[in-house]
Amino acid sequence: MLNSSLKQFSTLLAAKKISSAELTGEFLKRSQALNPGYNAFITINEETSLNQARAADMIIASGGARPLTGIPIAQKDIFCTKGWLTTCGSKMLSNFISPYDAAVVERFNAAGAVNIGKTNMDEFAMGSSNETSYYGPVRNPWDTTAVPGGSSGGSACAVAARMAPAATGTDTGGSIRQPAALCGISGIKPTYGLVSRYGMVAFASSLDQGGPMAKSAEDLALMLNVMAGFDTRDSTSLQREAEDYVRELEKPLAGLRIGLPKEYFVKEINDDVARAVEAAIAEYRKLGAKTVEVSLPNTKLSVPVYYVLAPAEASSNLSRFDGVRYGYRAPKYIDLDDMYRKSRAQAFGAEVKRRILIGTYVLSHGYYDAYYIQAQKLRRLIALDFAEAFKQCDIIMGPTSPTVAFDLGEKSSDPVQMYLSDAYTISVNLAGLPGMSIPVGFGDKNRPVGLHIVGNYFTEAQMLNVAHQYQRVTDWHMQMPAGSQE
Amino acid sequence: MQWEIVIGLEVHAQLSTRSKIFSGASTAFGAAPNAEACAVDLALPGVLPVLNHGAVDRAIKLGLSVGGKINSPSIFARKNYFYPDLPKGYQISQYELPVVEGGNVTIHVGETEKTVRLVRAHLEEDAGKSLHEDFHGMTGIDLNRAGTPLLEIVSEPDMRSSAEAVAYAKTLHSLVRWIDICDGNMQEGSFRCDANVSVRPQGSDRLGTRCEIKNLNSFRFLEKAIDYEARRQIALLEDGGAIHQQTRLYDPAKDETRAMRSKEDAQDYRYFPDPDLLPLEIPASWIAEVKSGLPELPQQMRIRLERDYGLSAYDAAALTADREIAEYFDAVADKLPSDPKLCANWVMGEISSYLNNEGKLFDNCPLSPAQLVQLLTRIKDGTISGKMGKEVLRQMWIQSGEQAGGWKRHDSEPVENLVDEIIKSQGLKQISDSGELEKLIADVIAANSKSVEEFKAGKEKAFNALVGQVMKAAKGKANPAQVNEILKKKLAK
Amino acid sequence: MSLSLDEVKRIANLARIEVGEEEASAALAQLSGIFDLIQQMQAVDTSAIKPVSHAQDLMQRLRPDIVTEVDQRELFQSIAPQVEAGLYLVPKVIE
Repeated sequence: MLNSSLKQFSTLLAAKKISSAELTGEFLKRSQALNPGYNAFITINEETSLNQARAADMIIASGGARPLTGIPIAQKDIFCTKGWLTTCGSKMLSNFISPYDAAVVERFNAAGAVNIGKTNMDEFAMGSSNETSYYGPVRNPWDTTAVPGGSSGGSACAVAARMAPAATGTDTGGSIRQPAALCGISGIKPTYGLVSRYGMVAFASSLDQGGPMAKSAEDLALMLNVMAGFDTRDSTSLQREAEDYVRELEKPLAGLRIGLPKEYFVKEINDDVARAVEAAIAEYRKLGAKTVEVSLPNTKLSVPVYYVLAPAEASSNLSRFDGVRYGYRAPKYIDLDDMYRKSRAQAFGAEVKRRILIGTYVLSHGYYDAYYIQAQKLRRLIALDFAEAFKQCDIIMGPTSPTVAFDLGEKSSDPVQMYLSDAYTISVNLAGLPGMSIPVGFGDKNRPVGLHIVGNYFTEAQMLNVAHQYQRVTDWHMQMPAGSQE
Repeated sequence: MQWEIVIGLEVHAQLSTRSKIFSGASTAFGAAPNAEACAVDLALPGVLPVLNHGAVDRAIKLGLSVGGKINSPSIFARKNYFYPDLPKGYQISQYELPVVEGGNVTIHVGETEKTVRLVRAHLEEDAGKSLHEDFHGMTGIDLNRAGTPLLEIVSEPDMRSSAEAVAYAKTLHSLVRWIDICDGNMQEGSFRCDANVSVRPQGSDRLGTRCEIKNLNSFRFLEKAIDYEARRQIALLEDGGAIHQQTRLYDPAKDETRAMRSKEDAQDYRYFPDPDLLPLEIPASWIAEVKSGLPELPQQMRIRLERDYGLSAYDAAALTADREIAEYFDAVADKLPSDPKLCANWVMGEISSYLNNEGKLFDNCPLSPAQLVQLLTRIKDGTISGKMGKEVLRQMWIQSGEQAGGWKRHDSEPVENLVDEIIKSQGLKQISDSGELEKLIADVIAANSKSVEEFKAGKEKAFNALVGQVMKAAKGKANPAQVNEILKKKLAK
Repeated sequence: MSLSLDEVKRIANLARIEVGEEEASAALAQLSGIFDLIQQMQAVDTSAIKPVSHAQDLMQRLRPDIVTEVDQRELFQSIAPQVEAGLYLVPKVIE
């Protein structure tokens, strides 16, 4: 049952084969058993979750159920959740009981879904390995000596280990797609502006985007149906007609033009990853798709551009954490400035401080034009590259990450190496495009490999269709880590 | 050496919106501490700003009123600094592309007219308040004011004296109330000035190093702070010292300025476009709509009052210092075009002092312009004297209740003639029947032969005594001009 | 590009993060590596390109001037480090 799709869970609930309280109880039990090993969750509130489940059962009984009613969903701890500890993986918010719900949380509540817990993450979503969390690293359920990826590593682990049927994530430079790839699950970062950022603790506002993480594309479509939607409280939220992301899942792929950027298939990719990705592309050809070579010449600039823009925005976004109205305040200080300096020094981890310093520097007097403005100009070039490429293809494919999951501690002392591993995913955020990752096999040490699928703006339904057609003929997405078997 | 003082002002006008610039919290003054600080104002993690239409609308109004350019698009930027009354650690303001650029304001100092050019006017959010009363040696922070919309109006350094600076501030103060974008309440901090002051040798065209005096919340303090600061700078330079660019505070108790401790380090605000807000587009249709809704502006009206009503520059300026007075006067004079000066005197004199006493504004004047015109008509046609007019006004004031919604809503309705009723019932009508008056005067002449003799001997004062006697006999109801005329005629015989 | 220790301390001060000598030196080494990476940007001639600031070319949406928020002070202050009489308390502010 753990491997059931969201649709199957919904059918079981509708048929009264199981109640939401029972289903939630099962997953809670499993989470509590596995969490000490994986550290996927920061907070589990059994009573609150069960109460939500009982309320969902009433809705189901009254015939008012919607597709996710009664289904337990894990929330990344970046989404403010009323009455729940919402830490964003930081000591800074280690005492922050959110007084309000994020838009995403509201939408899951309105859909009748059950919040099964808050998942671990890199501190303030800054990281690619989940090692920057104040709450300790998350383990990769395929190999607990490996990282799960980040920053949504807790969510990826929870879904991969079947501790939750699905989870939410956020993606600023690859934080949904890279952990999805490293944990062998599916995840989609929608077009910027599709999912409201209201209540999602900001890292880099112009890049941050929430999205679902689940076993399959079909589950992602159901999740996205709940998550996407216009919100007046977010000025960057897009005012569009609501879409049904399930509607195109069954379309055949004959005639689909897949663009393969020559810059993606270079020596930096490990052979094991290249092999799995190439096999997946071969499968697509069998499904009737054609491949064309495209070029994204500015790909190599995306990492430097990102490491100017994201820290610049972050340095400003994280200024609100000053120990005055909520969050951590240093126990001892001599005056106001000392309180600010000590509270922030004691409650931010090394990576967060590093990025705040970079951001402060690039925005400071005399450096702004050379760094920030130059980066914003290059951002336009990167977006134009994609616009050119999409004249020749419908969808772009490549590896999500150049390697399979690396070992815990392997890159944590070398931030530049860590940053470079996000080269493929980052450019998608810079352009504001939708991107996803689906599992396409295993590489070295039997660790999962993800296929990166990038679509044009607002083509999420088509991307989900492309992923679903592959998942109909393969079973990578159905595979479970050994330690998580029933 | 002769020194020239150079002043530029930055005025912060709180815009009179109901809700804050980026949140739906109320802007009402006087709420319990932090009761009007919502999640967005408190900068809780994850909250986002959404721009208030009403704030932009008011900025456009100001821009059009000063003949400035309305920028579209206009950009919001973050100004980063740490301060406990600034919850986000940055203020959302405008840096490049403010909503208004350029424009100018005409000021009058004595008989001299001068134009002060504006650099820009930009939208931004206000900060909260730090309360320094002792909380065990700590400061209390009230964030009710955080997020209140401000329009920062920045002038060129075009003023050369504290008098000019005050005239400019007063003109702008009157303008923002005139176009109804700010309540102008300086005690509550709705209108605050920062003054940039520098001095230079007379005749020099280079600007001296300036100091900025922050948060001047009265015209008097503005004047005194500038005067003090100019004296300080001149004294320092004459002693061979140098001015350091500084932010200073004015202490009214000591009448001096001092450097602010918290602004001592050179600030590096790290402005950058706010990624949470998109470029603000102000289409031509919006500008046209605001333009069509703008009232006649004080400067235009002032010129019209001088031209059409023949008022002196002084009267025209006094009447247009406040839109409510101006509109009231305009309605009165429009109904009595034959004597605008009489209208002006009564509006600025009697009516104004009655309203002042009751703490009322002209819009809520119990006496409508039509009623005042009835009274002035009776004075003009000699039915009652000016002095009697004041008595009639007193009684009208008592009898007239305030009109719901103010006089403007009722201006076109017919009014009963209260004036004639009061004159009749109180017997206040002047003795204008010359036969009756002649008899009265003849009696006075007969009874005051001594005064008559003195007058005939050339003593002018005796004539005044006789007029007084006549007025006394007439119980004040005689028309003084008519009395003069008949008395002169009779004495000449 | 080379970043100096003084610059690291200056930006740490601007960002209100206390750094000790040792920490500043360690940060200097790491930040220098990151800035070497960032420096690649400078090779591109962008003089003819307009900077972007948002992922989409959209204009700001405005909200009507309506009060929508109610007083939630008690809830908000229940998570504050130090409050008294409805005020957030901080070490004495000197203007």
